[in-house]
Amino acid sequence: MRTIAYYKSKKIAVNAIIHLLLIAVTITCLFPLFWMVSSSLKTQETIFKDMSLIPKEFHFENYILAWREGGFGRYFLNSILYTVSVVAGIIIIASLAAYAFSRLRFPGKNFLFFMFMAAMMIPIPGSFVPLYVLLSKLHLRNTALGYILCMVNVGLSTSIFLLKTFFDKLPLELEDAARMDGCSKLGIWWHVALPLAKPVLAVVVVFNALNVWNEYVLALIIFDNKNLMPLQRALMMFRGEFLTDYPLLMAGLTITALPIIIVYLLMQKYIVKGVTSGALFG
Amino acid sequence: MRFKATLENYVFVLPAVLIFLIFYVIPFIWVFQLGLFDWDGILPTKTFVGLDNFKEIFFQDKIWWQSMLNAGWITFIALTLQNAVAFLLAMACNREIKLKHFYRLIFFIPPVLSEVVVGLVWQWILDGNYGLLNGWLVQLGLPNLVRNWLSDPNTALTTVAIVHSWKGFGWGFLIFLAGLQTIPREFYEAARVDGANAWDSFRKITIPLMVPVAVLVAILTVLGTMQAFVLITAMTGGGPAYHTQVPVLRILASMRGSSRFGYACAQGINFGLILMAISFIQYRFSRKARNT
Repeated sequence: MRTIAYYKSKKIAVNAIIHLLLIAVTITCLFPLFWMVSSSLKTQETIFKDMSLIPKEFHFENYILAWREGGFGRYFLNSILYTVSVVAGIIIIASLAAYAFSRLRFPGKNFLFFMFMAAMMIPIPGSFVPLYVLLSKLHLRNTALGYILCMVNVGLSTSIFLLKTFFDKLPLELEDAARMDGCSKLGIWWHVALPLAKPVLAVVVVFNALNVWNEYVLALIIFDNKNLMPLQRALMMFRGEFLTDYPLLMAGLTITALPIIIVYLLMQKYIVKGVTSGALFG
Repeated sequence: MRFKATLENYVFVLPAVLIFLIFYVIPFIWVFQLGLFDWDGILPTKTFVGLDNFKEIFFQDKIWWQSMLNAGWITFIALTLQNAVAFLLAMACNREIKLKHFYRLIFFIPPVLSEVVVGLVWQWILDGNYGLLNGWLVQLGLPNLVRNWLSDPNTALTTVAIVHSWKGFGWGFLIFLAGLQTIPREFYEAARVDGANAWDSFRKITIPLMVPVAVLVAILTVLGTMQAFVLITAMTGGGPAYHTQVPVLRILASMRGSSRFGYACAQGINFGLILMAISFIQYRFSRKARNT
């Protein structure tokens, strides 16, 4: 007969090995980010010789240089503008459509909904080619509006799907009560349905915000004008122009990554929910 | 009255349908149209060439198929290494273990970062002359392991694939963990009462119940990895000499580099059909696996 002490020590040993593995992976995940920040605080002279993990002197002026001379201040504001506009657009447009698909009656409803769902399934890897042609024809290339509309379209299908699934499960009583009180359909959508949908709207907001902030391809084909570029596009541009200016590049990368990490830490509950609900996959 | 109500209902879907028609349906149709033409994207005249673009893809474009193989290799590493790590970590975090929420929080940081950020940071770490990795190898007394990781044709593609796995394993981890959490604890308790050890319950309970989840993860991994290219642009730009080229990079090169819009669309169609065929086969295969 083995003793309780045996099982206890066995459990402790197994858990220690597991923690060791998990800590190793944790370090692997975090170290590149640490190195990015560390490199961003070194100077052009020291960065190629000094491999110390923590710089001897902290050159925070790199961030001011990147923000002003590197133009990252401007690109940052562009990224904020695109992210906020696209997310706002998607929330209004997708929730209107999702509400109609869930509650209202009109001919062709199923067909239209099926179209949106099919778009989620069918990969068209070269679609940016005709999109480029289309935007040129509409004079929407090199415009903020062109980029915003394209990105709204990118997030539309999944957002409609998530919101419709949510509305379908919502009990009708509240809406019936509002209708009795003489509320219009638009009024019910705005005053009743949207406030109730807050939990799923949070998922829609976080996922689309991450998606827009991190987007690169459409920014590549739409923008030639530097003044309109978002961060991701500008980073690749900066890298092409100043090949070896690693401290400023790393400062630019930190400026780009930091908002995402903060948003992720604050909203991680909704991200986990979105991933595991099995509906959202980039 | 009824007519007016229906019209009113259409107003709800109108903005979504308009944007979808203009920015999804029209480009979708144009891909198939343009694929039959030779066009530089600027001149108003397009030359109809029938299926010539597709013939060229199949019989002449060696780099295209090389890029397909490269993407296949990255996908293979993602399916094996990345998903094995994801599953192992999910198993570890499914136990009664301290800090498991902290670990879960950290493992999903790489997936939320952009491919540009991840690619450029790793490019700096792996830099042949000044990179940290080579610096460490020298310090550890292993100078013969020093490589130009991203510009050596022997290592570039696999290095890119490993960084891709670093960025991507958090997805599989979260989905596997969610899957493991749906398995009722009673199954394991009943097995233990019947005298099963940990390995038995893993083989007879965990594995069979996780097959559908694994198939889902596999399909998503294949679709996502085959189409990945921004990370590669940021790390190698497709070099050295086509060794890390992937299909989407080729499509971009046809469009922006050689101004062959028709050919780029034909490549897009070719690649899209291949992706759909792969996921269809995986789906059929998984249904068979589940039924036996």
